[in-house]
Amino acid sequence: MSPCGAGGEVPAGRGSPGRPAQATFGAVTAVFEMAGVVKSYGRAVVVGPIDFSVPPGTTTALIGPSGAGKSTLLRMLNGLIWPDSGTVRFRGRPLDAGELQEIRRQIGYVVQGGALFPHLDVRENVSLVARWLHWHPTKIAARIEELTAIARLPRDALRRLPRQLSGGQAQRVSLMRALMLDPEVLLLDEPLGALDPMTRFDLQEDLRDAFARLKKTVVMVTHDLAEAAFLAARAVLLRDGRIAQEGPVEELARAPADEFVARFVRAHRRSP
Amino acid sequence: MIGLALAVALQVGSKQFTESVILAEIAVQALRSAGVEADHRRELGGTRVLWEALRARQIDLYPEYTGTIVEELLGGERDFAGALDRLGMRAGGGLGFEDTYAIGMRRLEADRLGIRSLSDLARHRQLEIGLTNEFVRRRDGWPRLRQVYGFSDAHVRGMQHELAYRALRSGGIAATDLYSTDAEIQASDLVVLEDDRRAFPRYDAVLLRRSDLPDAAARVLARLEGAISAREMIAMNARALIERVPEAQVASDFLRTKLGIASSGASRDALRRIVGRTVEHLFLVAVSLAAAIALAIPLGVFAWRHARMGQAILALAGVIQTIPSLALLVFMIPLLGIGAGPAIVALFLYSLLPILRGTHAGLAGIAPELRESAEALGLPRSEVLRRIELPLAAPSILSGIKTAAVIDVGTATLGALIGAGGYGQSILTGIRLADTGLILEGAIPAGVMALAVQGAFDLIERALVPRGLRNGR
Repeated sequence: MSPCGAGGEVPAGRGSPGRPAQATFGAVTAVFEMAGVVKSYGRAVVVGPIDFSVPPGTTTALIGPSGAGKSTLLRMLNGLIWPDSGTVRFRGRPLDAGELQEIRRQIGYVVQGGALFPHLDVRENVSLVARWLHWHPTKIAARIEELTAIARLPRDALRRLPRQLSGGQAQRVSLMRALMLDPEVLLLDEPLGALDPMTRFDLQEDLRDAFARLKKTVVMVTHDLAEAAFLAARAVLLRDGRIAQEGPVEELARAPADEFVARFVRAHRRSP
Repeated sequence: MIGLALAVALQVGSKQFTESVILAEIAVQALRSAGVEADHRRELGGTRVLWEALRARQIDLYPEYTGTIVEELLGGERDFAGALDRLGMRAGGGLGFEDTYAIGMRRLEADRLGIRSLSDLARHRQLEIGLTNEFVRRRDGWPRLRQVYGFSDAHVRGMQHELAYRALRSGGIAATDLYSTDAEIQASDLVVLEDDRRAFPRYDAVLLRRSDLPDAAARVLARLEGAISAREMIAMNARALIERVPEAQVASDFLRTKLGIASSGASRDALRRIVGRTVEHLFLVAVSLAAAIALAIPLGVFAWRHARMGQAILALAGVIQTIPSLALLVFMIPLLGIGAGPAIVALFLYSLLPILRGTHAGLAGIAPELRESAEALGLPRSEVLRRIELPLAAPSILSGIKTAAVIDVGTATLGALIGAGGYGQSILTGIRLADTGLILEGAIPAGVMALAVQGAFDLIERALVPRGLRNGR
């Protein structure tokens, strides 16, 4: 950074007293912002209109019944799905098709089951993009070492092929792959959806530790209110593509905005 | 100009029957003994192929019959010398005999039914008649007979000439078209039915050629005019077909005894023949398959990415697949001539579809969540294709290539019809001479090659398909 450029930025960022308060170059107030976003397939509106923002360093859980538009909303954040109208901003800038690849490398993405590439072993799955970026092999090895500890993957699993992993291991590898480039943001779509209860329990613990340690901005989709409460500070409850209520899970339980929210919370209380 | 023409060997074509091969061989040996370089492009796939090859100057001359020129090639033009002249060709004086179309039956059966003429045959409507495919289509062939004698199509079957003789001998058919100089007439005790209403035109044997042949060549060909009588031709046909004397030898003996020309009719032994054919065959398959792979894989990727255009591309490749191979080969003669070139292009076109389909199906079969995860990594599309999509599609692509290769080995046998050589040459000659050994000499190596190609691709598959995608652990 040239001294001249840095010098120019600081006064502009602090702003002269006359200017209105607004997000500046130095401190972006939201990692993601959605404004008036609508997505439909044919005549069916799946999402929106929605206004939604994700503050940096927070963990947000998108919850709601099936078909509420949780996954569609999540996929619009990294441009896998493009909204019909409205804007999606990443760190203050509208998503742009030309920059999408670069943006995606700053956003880790984990789906249910892991979606590991079956022709690559664990190491290759995790290091795919780093190798394309010509990281030095020792740097790659060191990063994998770190990630193995973070994701609590048995070290002997590194040489295995995806089909030789258990479901929980595959999910841990998927998390490692998402974290490889040390992105600021993690998007997780039902990351624990396909696991048996005990594996799920272990992974919930490990995920919470990892989120707390790494201080990432996390947006995750789950249909499980308890999981949302355990992992996320904030929940966004969706109904038919629109936000029914957002806030800490306890708040949704204590002061439901409407009958739907109350029923959603009650439904989860009864389940074991 | 003449010097240039002499620098390249004259190309003498022949059709797929023994008489044509012998006549072409006589011309080639006579030319060579006079110091004119000449090659024999043997057993090309029919009148149309030779005619197109001559017009495209891929060959310089071939034995033909005046009736065929008038009726089949010039569409009934009476002044055929003038018409040929306008096309830059001439027929020269006849070779000295007529080989007309005729209809023949077994003598026993003809006597039993009292059939002597075509009019008699036309009255026996229940008899099975086997006709060569060319005869069925030619204006001066079956259409003329139907018109003049009132034959019906009900009991007519199209078949290959030598096979028709076999069927006639075994009683499978009662009558077939034949040539009046066929050796089989005497050997199989056939009768030629009288053309009592004069339906067939004259079929004087000539050497149809470009009119601008070098003088030396023209002088040699002039010596052959009027040199061969019908008896001599029948005898030569019988030696080649029944006594199994190689045509080159028959031609050489004729030139020595009749014209006092010494020439060599040496032919290759079986092993060298098989090795030579194997090289030719492998060349056809390797070049056409390599080109098909190089085009069809990128095209399959494109078809997958652009769904609507992709459907059109797949449909077009499907249509190409349905064009009969001989038709495709003949279409190509004006563009590419005869020999390996057009055969390779045809095989290339036939190989496209399986590889295209394999590539398209392989890409379409990738699980959507894998594709999405790959996209979400932030790799450029080309990298996603190279590192993820193509490896995942590899088993399907390879099985498409394997299918194409096996089809290619089989279809390449048809290349012999337009002078591309290969195992098809042995099969064609074998059929023509009713020589099962020779047919097997082509068919068995072709089968072995198909198996070998399959095996080779199994090995390649083992090396190329990522271990994570293979069955078992």
